Amino acid sequence: MAFIPHTEADVAEMLALIGVKRIEDLFDEIPASLRVRSLAGIPAAMNEQQIGRLMSERARSDGRPLCFIGAGAYEHHIPAAVWAITTRGEFYSAYTPYQAEASQGTLQLIYEYQTMIASLTGMEVANASLYDGASALAEACLMAVRANRKSKAQRVLVPKAVHPHYRKVASATAGNQALRFEELPYSPSEGRTLPAALARYDGEDVSALVIQQPNFFGVLEDVDALTAWARERGIFVIALVNPTSLALLKPPGEWDAGGADIVVGEGQPLGVPLSSGGPYFGFMTTRMAHVRQMPGRIVGRTLDVSGREGFTLTLQAREQHIRRARATSNICTNQGLLVTAATIYMSLLGPQGLARVAAASHARTAELVGVLTRVPGVRSLFCAPYFHEAVLALDRPVAPVLQRLADRGILAGFDLTEHYPELGHALLVCATETKTSADIERYAAALAEVMKAARAA
Amino acid sequence: MSALREKVIFEYSRPGRGSRDQWPEKVEHAAKIPEHLKRRSAPRLPEVSELDAVRHFTRLSQLNFSIDTHFYPLGSCTMKYNPKGCNEYAMLPEFRARHPLAPSSHGQGFLECMFELQEMLKEVTGMQGVSLTPMAGAQGEFAGVAMIRAYHRARADMARTEIIVPEAAHGTNPATAMMCGCTVREIRVGADGDIDVAALQSAVGPQTAGIMLTNPSTLGIFERRIEEVARIVHAAGGLLYYDGANLNAILGKVRPGDMGFDAIHMNLHKTFSTPHGGGGPGAGAVGVSARLLPFLPIPIVGREGERYRWLGEADLPQSIGRLSAFMGNAGVLLRAYIYMRMLGRTGMSEVGDYATLNANYLLARLKQAGFDAAYPQRRASHEFIITLKREARELDVSAMDFAKRLLDHGFHAPTTYFPLIVPECLLIEPTETESREVIDAFADAMIRIEREAREEPEYVKGAPHTLPVRRLDDVRAAKQLDLIWTPKEAA
Repeated sequence: MAFIPHTEADVAEMLALIGVKRIEDLFDEIPASLRVRSLAGIPAAMNEQQIGRLMSERARSDGRPLCFIGAGAYEHHIPAAVWAITTRGEFYSAYTPYQAEASQGTLQLIYEYQTMIASLTGMEVANASLYDGASALAEACLMAVRANRKSKAQRVLVPKAVHPHYRKVASATAGNQALRFEELPYSPSEGRTLPAALARYDGEDVSALVIQQPNFFGVLEDVDALTAWARERGIFVIALVNPTSLALLKPPGEWDAGGADIVVGEGQPLGVPLSSGGPYFGFMTTRMAHVRQMPGRIVGRTLDVSGREGFTLTLQAREQHIRRARATSNICTNQGLLVTAATIYMSLLGPQGLARVAAASHARTAELVGVLTRVPGVRSLFCAPYFHEAVLALDRPVAPVLQRLADRGILAGFDLTEHYPELGHALLVCATETKTSADIERYAAALAEVMKAARAA
Repeated sequence: MSALREKVIFEYSRPGRGSRDQWPEKVEHAAKIPEHLKRRSAPRLPEVSELDAVRHFTRLSQLNFSIDTHFYPLGSCTMKYNPKGCNEYAMLPEFRARHPLAPSSHGQGFLECMFELQEMLKEVTGMQGVSLTPMAGAQGEFAGVAMIRAYHRARADMARTEIIVPEAAHGTNPATAMMCGCTVREIRVGADGDIDVAALQSAVGPQTAGIMLTNPSTLGIFERRIEEVARIVHAAGGLLYYDGANLNAILGKVRPGDMGFDAIHMNLHKTFSTPHGGGGPGAGAVGVSARLLPFLPIPIVGREGERYRWLGEADLPQSIGRLSAFMGNAGVLLRAYIYMRMLGRTGMSEVGDYATLNANYLLARLKQAGFDAAYPQRRASHEFIITLKREARELDVSAMDFAKRLLDHGFHAPTTYFPLIVPECLLIEPTETESREVIDAFADAMIRIEREAREEPEYVKGAPHTLPVRRLDDVRAAKQLDLIWTPKEAA
């Protein structure tokens, strides 16, 4: 067990060379008082067949419900080739490419990824990825405060329409460094951040403004007006975007008045399975002028001693293993395996395929909203345009409705009551290209029955 | 290994080509996106056939060294075999497709795995509570130090903002302390490799928030006076943080909780064999002693009767908060869970046993061949340091030259030039999953390179010779930044 290859003869000969009698003797520097006596809480070992059976049973008990939840993680079709190649041992079981000559595959792939994600976001440079979208936003806020030398305030404006979990991660991560986050309200009728909400900050010292496009409600923000306001005042713009949407929507680099300064987002929609929340990856892109303030690994192309092109980690002088306490972040890995999947995904979809995914997701969501709002007691809450998520208002509490639909094998959306009690009985729904008209009809029929039964009760 | 190089994928791209079988059906529907919010030019993604892409990325994979293809004794990284079964069962369709915000009614199987993983990690580390959410070791460190700060703040002990770190510590330790708003004080390591206890005694005080330690230390040896260190720090009012980088050495042998640590992180991608993936995903679960329980990062899996559910802010109001959008690297955690269930109770201590046996055997072979151990009087843990100071002086061949030449001999290099306090060092960690023959072959290669260095030093200094590229110009890479591909005609 434990995947240990040693034979008894191996052990005897190895111990003889070391000059001890038993393996136990190799631990003679550890105080006896500290030695473990039992690990009674660990179950007995299982072989692969036994664990396979256990895991299959547990997976089966979780089922395969029809899912209309988005809220930061999106179900898309993943081409079979993506994970067939990603799980090749040469990618799966390699480490951070410290020995560049023995890691050209990983390094070149990251360079290709940097090119794709920079272009998708309309920016000049990208890092090799961060842990997830939420932690990428936290790192972007820290970076903006470092890079914006005009501002002393360490003050970041964050719309309330930004994903509530992301706002929490940002304050948990950056809160120990004296950053202040201030919340911008959204329009209760449109579900988007109004440029008028910024007026009270005119003339004040603000380091950065976060703009999520589409925002947590799925609504499209007026990104040009918000960006222009910030850039005219020397305030950094941090764009938080959905990568699929960028095949259709104006990239942050092209937002008005010169575009965003830093772009981050959750990379999961690009070929990464939902998998209960991870592993995903966060992407980050910026302008060349800020590259030295960017956290995380970066790959560059260079020449070897014989003049051949090759790839290597670069700008390492920013990082913790060189700068220690003065590093731009404590980050020492990226999410290499997920970037591998995303790079293969983007290559297989190409510009046209990704645009089709975005357009189909948008269309399916519009269809979903159209069908669901015909159910009595259901209406659309916001009037502004959206991408592939929308908020519905029910005439009764959301949680019991969701539970009854879950019992019928439909995960009907994300309940906004906890995070946005001011919206009343609000439900965030999402459909992607994976949903058919039949799926949508099935949801609507079940919802109608559940709502009717609830009214009768 | 193929010595051929591979074009960048954009060079295969042809306008109008594409993997059409991967495109979704067109959905007839009038898009309702305002014109001024639309993208005007297509992003630079390649237009290639599925075969083009499969061939390209398969070829790229073949340019890598990996555990599956090569011995990879990268010190402090625990590059052990990643069992295929762990990947297969973590990727079962239901687990893959489960939405992170799916209700716990549709996730009892998954949640049960996570709950049991928390319990097993508590048992094997001797801690009182575990949170699985940190997504890498560095984020686990962040969580640990943030909890220590939250603890002092909750006691209104506001002056405790200094973190003590041994000079041999990994760079993430001081960087983490700074991210948590602390200041860093480095303390000396004695000639025997243990912490200088007198220096520690004079460093602690009312400003001490805590100390960050790895044990076995980054020098590959067990910190023998750990109980005394714990007494000194606790007596001064500070807490002890355990960096789990080297947990593999003591798995099933000694527990951080029993050594007196208050907060720990575990690198599941090292000790519990989840993939390193070309640099991530990691998973940096944290464990705590009783006094830090209220501060654990959320969410955590709780059990009520036979049901499992997420515990959040309402359950843990003093939590340091959320570190990821959802619950961290769930799929990695499943792999760690499967690995731990396969090892079971007896397998845990076998890991510690055989990791230590392999390291001490390789050290003995290298010492026998005339190499200098950095701490020759000490027992190796799961790894050890060879210093090539003498070879560098006598032969003008550096640790980096040895590392590069090892690649030609078909071995990934050990960690080089870390820890910073040992000159010309190689930090070597064979792990328990390597056989004696592989370790012997590595020792033989080191001996051969030493001979080559005497006979043909320029050849060693010019290594590698057999890989897709030779040594790369890092200065050029940093000065003439080329971070994204542009077409030649446009460049």
